[in-house]
Amino acid sequence: MSLLRIRNLSVTFTTAGGAFRAVDKVDVDVDSGEILAIVGESGSGKSVSMLAAMGLLPWTATVTADEMSFDGQDLRQLTGKARRRLIGNQLAMIFQEPMSSLNPCFTAGFQIREALRKHTDLDRKARHARCVELFEMVGIPDPERRLAAFPHQLSGGMNQRVMIAMAISCRPRLLIADEPTTALDVTIQAQILDLLVNLQRETGMGLILITHDMGVVAETAERVAVQYAGQKVEDQPVRNLFDSPHHPYTAALLAALPERATEARLPTIPGVVPGQHDRPAGCLFSPRCRYADDRCRNVVPPVQPDALGRALCHYPLNAPEEARA
Amino acid sequence: MSPVIEARDLGRDYEVGGGLFSEPGIVRAVAATSFAVDAGRTLAVVGESGCGKSTLARLVTMIEEPTSGSFAIDGVEVTPARWAELRTDVQIVFQDPYGSLNLRQRVGQILEEPLKINRPKLSRKERQERGREMMRLVGLRDEHYDRYPHMFSGGQRQRVAVARALMLEPKLLVLDEPVSALDLSIQSQILNLLNELQEKMDLAYLFISHDLSVVRHVADDILVMYLGRPVEFGPKDEVFDAPRHPYTKALISATPSANPEGRRERIKLTGEIPSPLAVPPGCPFAPRCWKAQQKCRDERPAMTGHPHPAACFFPEN
Repeated sequence: MSLLRIRNLSVTFTTAGGAFRAVDKVDVDVDSGEILAIVGESGSGKSVSMLAAMGLLPWTATVTADEMSFDGQDLRQLTGKARRRLIGNQLAMIFQEPMSSLNPCFTAGFQIREALRKHTDLDRKARHARCVELFEMVGIPDPERRLAAFPHQLSGGMNQRVMIAMAISCRPRLLIADEPTTALDVTIQAQILDLLVNLQRETGMGLILITHDMGVVAETAERVAVQYAGQKVEDQPVRNLFDSPHHPYTAALLAALPERATEARLPTIPGVVPGQHDRPAGCLFSPRCRYADDRCRNVVPPVQPDALGRALCHYPLNAPEEARA
Repeated sequence: MSPVIEARDLGRDYEVGGGLFSEPGIVRAVAATSFAVDAGRTLAVVGESGCGKSTLARLVTMIEEPTSGSFAIDGVEVTPARWAELRTDVQIVFQDPYGSLNLRQRVGQILEEPLKINRPKLSRKERQERGREMMRLVGLRDEHYDRYPHMFSGGQRQRVAVARALMLEPKLLVLDEPVSALDLSIQSQILNLLNELQEKMDLAYLFISHDLSVVRHVADDILVMYLGRPVEFGPKDEVFDAPRHPYTKALISATPSANPEGRRERIKLTGEIPSPLAVPPGCPFAPRCWKAQQKCRDERPAMTGHPHPAACFFPEN
């Protein structure tokens, strides 16, 4: 039984220009002790699906799912009070921009102690001791002084560490990290990724890493889900994904990486992601796909079996019989 | 033939803070930076935030005056008196194509504006002809000429920004993180475009980026900066294969590579970049360097070694 199990999740936003489907029939499974990466370009719905699981979407969003459960608890039926008991405690999230996700009016220490006050029965002293311990864990030097600092007095990397310390303060069983290193420099990014992976190994929690950076995926994840225009198009263990992608979009994305280029001209994906009003009838990737035919353009593709990376495609690439031929 | 741009000990200081009774602090945003770029070549400037990459772009594009050092464009020494005539030779493309185009102008107007100001003798018809030709060159369609920027995707907007920068036929194009704001599938389109244009027009590029995998693809030479100072300069392959400065080595090892087989030990840098207001007296990288010794903390190393200089007392390799 997976820790987080989502079946057939769709999220639709009511906009002035009509309904916009940001997430389309997505399944997610994460076990404890597993690192899942969700990759996709902007607008692929990777953040929205996780925000839906956390119950953090605004009222304009309509969330439907056949199943959405965390450790057997149905997340769809949760009352506000029960949800607040769960979130920040067993289920925690790190957001992309540390600067704007921390409250500028309170010190870093206050904001972490707040989570501990809500979710644990530690007393004042024990809470402080736990904060110092957390800061040491995430590698913030001189914790006593930094606990009294306001977010604007800390650098981006430090603030992201404060966010991580806050998220892991109650020893969550699942941590969702939404682009945790996008706003940071590479040397700091390396520190933060190492920190997340080490924490995950030590505590055995599940970790979902939302990112658009294929390098980050290759170096940290165990399993990868690729999203395109709100749909999950492929789901594979990381090595298989990079060796033999089954969906043409994944293949094209990997080929477009500058570091995989063999000549001066990079392979490109023509066109752009379909918007609200020009969604094709069949496969959403068909207008940009070099293998697409009439069937792709008109018939919604099936989900292929596990052996083919659950690719959402009529003609998955690198199929086993082709590999043998 | 002289290089398109040649900079010698370029520097820029800013005064910050300072009130009625307190002395203002001095930030050395860029210091002692020398480089040269030939026509048809690409120099990549890499480094983390606060290393002075963008200030360097502002100096080279003559938006700001250097406080020390000097540079020449195509052999002509740059002084503020000559800015007006030389500026047409150096153009810039910014990181964010959403912020750098005027929302109230049509693409046509955006492209014609530089001609209107700098080539007043051209007739309206000639201006339009050149604008349309440039649009075709950057891969936009003719009907895009009368559209507004909001009708375009990020990649197309970046094409417009490149087209605008090329309208005056510059010799040097400064590219300030031109693909960082774009998605991966669009990024490769823009990189290809830049590559084609460079071949066609024999442009020199000053390519500013923090993404080493992009830099490795586009650059001929690389200038690595740390806290406003160059720490290493050399041909791309030498810098990547045999980095001499420990910081370059750490930077390369920290860049995630899209190869799950090759998960390797990263060099762990401890600490953060010091505040530019309080740069350590010796080597600026010494507080984070695993090889630092007392000499590094006391004395500032100069760029030594040819043709692949590095500012380090104990260089690698």
